[in-house]
Amino acid sequence: MSEAHAHSVAFVRESALPPAPPPVTEAGVIGWMRQNLFATWANALLTIAAIYFIYLLLTATLPWILGGIWAADSLAECRDILEGRSAACFAVLAERWNQLLFGFKYPDEYYWRPGIAFILLFVAAAPVLFFDLPRKLLIFTAIYPFLAYWLIWGGTIWSPAFAALGFVAGYVIFDVYGKHNFAAGFFGGIVAALVVWWLSGYLMSAEGSTLFSGPGLIANALGAAAALVAYLLLRKNTEPIIAVGSALLLFVVWWAVIAPALMFRIALLLGIAIADGGASAITLSDIGVLEPVQSRDMGGFMLNMILGVVCVSLSLPLGIALAMGRQSSMPLIRWISVVFIEFIRGVPLITLLFVANVVLAYFLPPGTTFDLILRVIIMITMFASAYIAEVIRGGLAALPKGQYEAANSLGLDYAQAMRLIILPQALKISIPGIVNVSVGLFKDTTLVSIITMFDLVGMIRGPILASTDWNGVYWELFSFAAVLFFITCYGISQYSQWLERRLATDHR
Amino acid sequence: MTVLTDPPKESFRLSMLINDKRYRSLTFQAIALILLIMAISYLASNLMANLAAAGLNISYDFLGDPAGYDINQTLISYNSQSPHLQAAWVGIINTLLVAVLGCVTATILGVFAGVLRLSNNWLVRKLMSGYVEIFRNIPVLIWILIFYGVITVSLPGARIYLGEDPERALTLGMFAFTNRGIYVPAPLWGPGSMIVVGTFIASIVAVFAYRSYAKKLLFDTGRLLPTGWPSLLILVVPTILAFFVMGQPIGLDMPDPLANRFNLRGGIQIGAPLIALWLALSVYTGAFIAENVRAGILAVSKGQTEAAAALGLRPGRIMNLVVLPQALRVIIPPLISQYLNITKNSSLAIAVGYADITATLGGITLNQTGRAIECVLLLMLFYLIISLSISAVMNVYNNAMQLKER
Amino acid sequence: MKKSVFLGALTVAGLAAGAAAAGTLDDVKARGTLNCGVTTGLVGFAAPDANGVWQGFDVGVCRAVAAAVLGDANAVEFVPTTGKTRFTALASGEIDMLARNTTWTFSRDVDLKFEFIGTNYYDGQGFMVPKALGVSSAKELDGATVCIQTGTTTELNLADFFRKNNISYEPVPIETSAEGQQQYLAGACDTYTTDASGLASLRAAFEKPGDHVILPEIISKEPLGPLVRHGDNEWGDTVRWTLNALIAAEEMGITSANVTEMSAKAGDSPEVNRLLGTEGNLGEMLGLDADWATKAIMAGGNYGEIFEKNIGENTPIGLARGLNAQWTDGGLLYSPPFR
Repeated sequence: MSEAHAHSVAFVRESALPPAPPPVTEAGVIGWMRQNLFATWANALLTIAAIYFIYLLLTATLPWILGGIWAADSLAECRDILEGRSAACFAVLAERWNQLLFGFKYPDEYYWRPGIAFILLFVAAAPVLFFDLPRKLLIFTAIYPFLAYWLIWGGTIWSPAFAALGFVAGYVIFDVYGKHNFAAGFFGGIVAALVVWWLSGYLMSAEGSTLFSGPGLIANALGAAAALVAYLLLRKNTEPIIAVGSALLLFVVWWAVIAPALMFRIALLLGIAIADGGASAITLSDIGVLEPVQSRDMGGFMLNMILGVVCVSLSLPLGIALAMGRQSSMPLIRWISVVFIEFIRGVPLITLLFVANVVLAYFLPPGTTFDLILRVIIMITMFASAYIAEVIRGGLAALPKGQYEAANSLGLDYAQAMRLIILPQALKISIPGIVNVSVGLFKDTTLVSIITMFDLVGMIRGPILASTDWNGVYWELFSFAAVLFFITCYGISQYSQWLERRLATDHR
Repeated sequence: MTVLTDPPKESFRLSMLINDKRYRSLTFQAIALILLIMAISYLASNLMANLAAAGLNISYDFLGDPAGYDINQTLISYNSQSPHLQAAWVGIINTLLVAVLGCVTATILGVFAGVLRLSNNWLVRKLMSGYVEIFRNIPVLIWILIFYGVITVSLPGARIYLGEDPERALTLGMFAFTNRGIYVPAPLWGPGSMIVVGTFIASIVAVFAYRSYAKKLLFDTGRLLPTGWPSLLILVVPTILAFFVMGQPIGLDMPDPLANRFNLRGGIQIGAPLIALWLALSVYTGAFIAENVRAGILAVSKGQTEAAAALGLRPGRIMNLVVLPQALRVIIPPLISQYLNITKNSSLAIAVGYADITATLGGITLNQTGRAIECVLLLMLFYLIISLSISAVMNVYNNAMQLKER
Repeated sequence: MKKSVFLGALTVAGLAAGAAAAGTLDDVKARGTLNCGVTTGLVGFAAPDANGVWQGFDVGVCRAVAAAVLGDANAVEFVPTTGKTRFTALASGEIDMLARNTTWTFSRDVDLKFEFIGTNYYDGQGFMVPKALGVSSAKELDGATVCIQTGTTTELNLADFFRKNNISYEPVPIETSAEGQQQYLAGACDTYTTDASGLASLRAAFEKPGDHVILPEIISKEPLGPLVRHGDNEWGDTVRWTLNALIAAEEMGITSANVTEMSAKAGDSPEVNRLLGTEGNLGEMLGLDADWATKAIMAGGNYGEIFEKNIGENTPIGLARGLNAQWTDGGLLYSPPFR
């Protein structure tokens, strides 16, 4: 072909032309602008309007922000420095940042405690949020709530430790029995947890702690270690119940018979007077004590974080239970769940906070008073659980019916089917929805400012604006609050979108 | 070697309550019922004991007592001698007012922003996603306070409009924008004004009739009647005619800068708290609605748009005739919950002093009478009724939309 | 796990919950701190300073009670309350006493079942207007927009005043005093009304206090006083006589400077001796130490000292004693005798 042409045509190009660059109007910045900003007349007008709007926005805010004053002791001083110019007085942030973040009563020498708790929060949340991380990290997640409680509230480490121990005991029993009989495992777990809490309550009390005074502690720690060794040895060869039983038996015998004698020996060894049971020596509640901080001293953005994190975590199990209750075949259970969910979703959070604030006290036994923060946590948790229940119900409904039927046909009972087949899948689809509910809830924690709690917004509207130095500084403070919330919520919603994309690819 | 035995005779044993699936659910429900009753009676007995100890009782008689306080923005007659119940009604109507206004503007804003987020103009797209992200991720309470602050600080006080020689004249002779609120003329209904209003309503009906006729004609014969200007004509001309025929019965009550030394008198005052709350709720919820709208539009498959384009429809018509009607089905359910959210968030009115139900019944009435339980119960009941009825109405609509799906 | 989570929460709650049985005095002693309800922040009366320490006139009363009962003026847990929450907080036992500019009224005393133990500040509702407005009497305020803080008797007094004078007004309810100030200074309301002391406190915080005047009309009687729960007379007596001790101390010339010296040994005046516990057994009758009043006075000084330090004429608040002077100086402060 080329031969023929080569002779019949005067010129034949033998090599391909290098591609010419597209016209200037179609390539590069100009082309991009033509396509994206000035495609049509209407579009061009829109662009110009948008640019004008941005110009207005920037000229209004930028000089105000950039000319801001960071060093001054009061608004009056700020105004003096500014001499009539309009600019921000960020000095209020420089002076009161600690109050905005931690509230005005959290002791400032302990700011590191919530700080560490906040950093550890990321470590604890990571394995929940990112599936790729090793599952073993979940152990830290399980420990985190107790650790964070101890760090933020302070006090002896033993209360949260024993609370955790109760959960561990409950889980162990559940793990042992729950596989065969869910109910037995579940209720056994609860009983075990209660027993541990009751015991720990005794240990924490005055007489209990003398029993566990310094030398006693060592003696009993040895006993516990022995019991643990026994359990580990027996576990391999015998039924778990026998292993646990004999370990417990060993510990009790140790505690009752060996420990007192040992205690005495150790006391002699250490040269501690054993008079009054060694109470003069270090007692249990003296170890691991951080300066306690009252609940009502919590404030600022820290309070928002505490409320948000605690209420979301507590509302998850409640929400799952409610969602399952709403799907249940038992009419009474279903109706209780429906009424609860619809009631909570039908009223604004602020009315529930009013309940926490002014009504709840009437429904508690006479003479009982709860911390306001605890009452608020209860109400917000109820609020969040209703919303989360609806999200999870959506997840349950979205599962193909075949999954339920397949689980039934394998002979799994309800608890097994839910635990092994349905919930893992349903929860996975619900995660983006749960994250959205959590973001909404986190924003709603600002409502507590209306019932006199000094969260970030409450700090601004209350003590800071009321102080003689700073009254009149609105924009700086509210912008600060807005920026803090924006960073947090935008971060979480970006995560949610990432997750949605990831889950979407899994399904295709 | 198959031995057929009769199935053992069913006899009820107590253990079946736990082991037999048929009875187990009954057992569980019985336990649940007992627990529920125990919980309720526990709470009730605590309540009784506490009330007895405090010497109080549950009674709604206070609703009939004079409220004793004044409210600035009322749509129904109210003064400080009206009973608390009337104050509660004022609050209810104010709540509904701001909720309805908020729903309308939030929807407009949300659809606008949602559609523009899919625009092919890069800058507009970015601007709109900036709007959505900024407003969605900052608590609505902060927005309400910021908007209230902006209105208070950026608008002038009422005083500059006042007096013989005011610093600032009324805009167009009838509007005043102050940090106490916006003053607009109020209509004065003279005799015969009902006829004008009647004509106007009839015109609206006529416009709908004309439009459906035009549509029918289009489907039957393919003739496309213009709808824009004839609708406007039908809407405006008869009303104006009736207005002049009846001798201009409807007048305007202009805000009067001379009547009082402190405030503009006359006209309608839309209070600053209402405006702040309304705007904040609208832009906040608008951002959520924009996301719903965007998701709804994206849910309509691209083939639909392309098919419509292949038929030669203009982009605007594609959006109106093909995409939006299909997207609505996806948009409506989340829209319902956004409307519910507006209604519930309107309870934050208390932060800016707008007299909604939370501020009257749950605020001042509660403070003055100390009847916390009664007030909070009534408050919850009101919101519950509103929420349940909105979701009921919207569910009916939603079902109607869903039926078209095949 | 729903149940166990709840129980876990209850356990934690149990650690925090304190039982408020009949005897508040015993509870306070057992707890070691006094829970005192105050405002969320009203400079001069009760507001946290830059270090988060509560300061103010009402705070002074709380500290005196804590000093009398527990011997430590700092053993007070201040619980901020709003107009809405203060009564529930007291009724439910969350706070032991309420010292929050609360007006002593019939219905609060009788219907809400509280016991006002005295008056620590005689106040009355007034109006503040910008000077530029040229208003000299509250009766000229026809048609004005009025900023009011919600949740107080102020709203009712205001409605009554305008109705009585047959003039109209536009109320603007305000949640916090900071917001009220913003509204007022921006001209969104013509006048701000609250207790005259509150107005003075507010005006003190302005950039140009001289541009605003407080109108002469005082439209209500506002005896502000601490209150306790009805029916716990022992505790009521403790708080009442602590307040009386502060007032009596001023009358008798006992100050924080000389109280140590005067209580060291019995002096010439029998009443001073009885008050300071160097004679008689008044403290024992209250169930307190003999030097309870000495400790209360040492906490922040006598009534006059607390007044001068927090709201007196040398402070930014700048309130004159007026009605709150001793009866010997023509005021209303009159402590029953200590005998």
